[in-house]
Amino acid sequence: MPAGDTHVVFDHVSVDYGGKPALVDVSVAIPRHRIFAIIGPARSGKTTLLKCINRTIEFVPRARVRGTVTIDGEDVFAARDAGALRRRIGMVFPLPVGLPLSVYDNVAYAPRIAGVRNRAELDDVVERCLRQAVLWDEVKDRLDLLGTRLSGGQQQRLTIARALSHQPEILCLNRFSIAIDPLTTMKIEDVLLDLKSRLTIVVVASQVQQARRLADRVMFLNAGRVVEAGDTEAMFSEHPQSPLTYEYVRGHFG
Amino acid sequence: MTARVSFVAGAVERRKQAIDRLARAFGFAAATLLIAPLVAVIGYLLVQAWPALTWSLVVENPARFMTAGGLWAPLVGTIDVVVFSLAIAAPVGVLAGIYLNEYARDGWLKRLVQLAVMNLAGIPSIVHGLFGVGAFVLAAGFGRSVLAASCTLAIMTLPVIITSTTEALASVPMAFREACWNVGASRWQTVRTMVLPNAMGGILTGIILQVSRAAGETAPILFTGAVFYVAIPDRGLAAFFPYGIRDPFMALSYHLFVISSQVTGVSDSLQYATAVLLVLLVLSVNAVSIAVRYRLRSRARW
Repeated sequence: MPAGDTHVVFDHVSVDYGGKPALVDVSVAIPRHRIFAIIGPARSGKTTLLKCINRTIEFVPRARVRGTVTIDGEDVFAARDAGALRRRIGMVFPLPVGLPLSVYDNVAYAPRIAGVRNRAELDDVVERCLRQAVLWDEVKDRLDLLGTRLSGGQQQRLTIARALSHQPEILCLNRFSIAIDPLTTMKIEDVLLDLKSRLTIVVVASQVQQARRLADRVMFLNAGRVVEAGDTEAMFSEHPQSPLTYEYVRGHFG
Repeated sequence: MTARVSFVAGAVERRKQAIDRLARAFGFAAATLLIAPLVAVIGYLLVQAWPALTWSLVVENPARFMTAGGLWAPLVGTIDVVVFSLAIAAPVGVLAGIYLNEYARDGWLKRLVQLAVMNLAGIPSIVHGLFGVGAFVLAAGFGRSVLAASCTLAIMTLPVIITSTTEALASVPMAFREACWNVGASRWQTVRTMVLPNAMGGILTGIILQVSRAAGETAPILFTGAVFYVAIPDRGLAAFFPYGIRDPFMALSYHLFVISSQVTGVSDSLQYATAVLLVLLVLSVNAVSIAVRYRLRSRARW
């Protein structure tokens, strides 16, 4: 399928947690093999939106979703097997989560869950993903080290390696750089720019400038509503559609 | 020029330090207070029991109307009911704990179960014993037997096993589960590969601590299977494994009560030796629990 056509669609999606609204009537199209950035102040619904894509919203107690989310036209919430759905999506959290397993097992976890037992195949996956996450050179001699013993920045790259390990078609990153140093952030951003030829990437940006550096399209969320979504250039221009966007990207608000 | 003195404690600091020292002293006293009675009890028991503490005490059966011989029969009875009761309570309790912590939504059912667990834990053991008579000895038709007593003890230990399981599972960080769900693991795959291995130390500790409770309680087995005396053959397999699952049995805790209050002519040292054996049994199980916890903890995980 051609790059740039619509991959993920939110159609009038509203989410509330026990009556407290988190997303209000969100409609947006996320393009294939592009980097799509979400910006917005705290509690604007960014994380909730990501959780709708891989349906992990259903693990949140008392969450209610209305509207439809589709991936290539398939309704996410109608999918019979949520596991199969989630294997098409990689998810990276704000805080690194090294599982209390060896570095190797951390990355091999997803393939194993999906039933891969062949050692050579697992070895390949582990090396490929650790290389993609710019971690291979630092850990290749100690793959049996506990993942939780790595430094924060290394654990975050381990999390990214794990998110790539089931060969997803969509990669979601939720403020992935808040726990890592600027140099590593830059390296990972380079990786993302490289990966977008093969993956659709949705990133909740840690700072507005990160969205500007990385994204092809940017969406600005505020209090659960879409203020504006558009090409990065337009969003950061002198005349975005909404004056709120203008103020936010210049740091006057939020 | 005089040196400036700037590190002098004012009145507020001195007061603060005094209170701090006081808190430390009382805390230390409270924490160490516990050691004295433990040492005293065990020491006293050992001294009193000393003449009777021989290997034959453990391996021989009671003889001459329980005034002589060993404690093999009651020891086996206690081990039997502890093993059977935990074989029932542990799987049920752990599965219930997993359901409550990993599957159940916050709703009336979960609250009802939690309420039941809490209340069950608060019921006195003698009431458990009476319930056991009605439910297992009479209604279920088990008669006074190892089986009926084990079921009664299982009911008694179940709430604590459920609670300790739930707590052990809850101490595993939510982020680990989310990481597993995000790569497509089902709830059960997440429980089996991530949550259970990390909660195992706490779960096992909870179960093992119930061993000492099941071994020590007298009231629940008093009406449901433990008896005054069972004649044990001197030879053959039956001398070593005296009870079938439907037989009444002797138990250490009840045996101690019997020989120290119901039978005349039992030497003091035999009575104390029975107590020593019971305490040793419980302490050794506790030691196992500490070792297990240490082993699982030393694999420092997060």
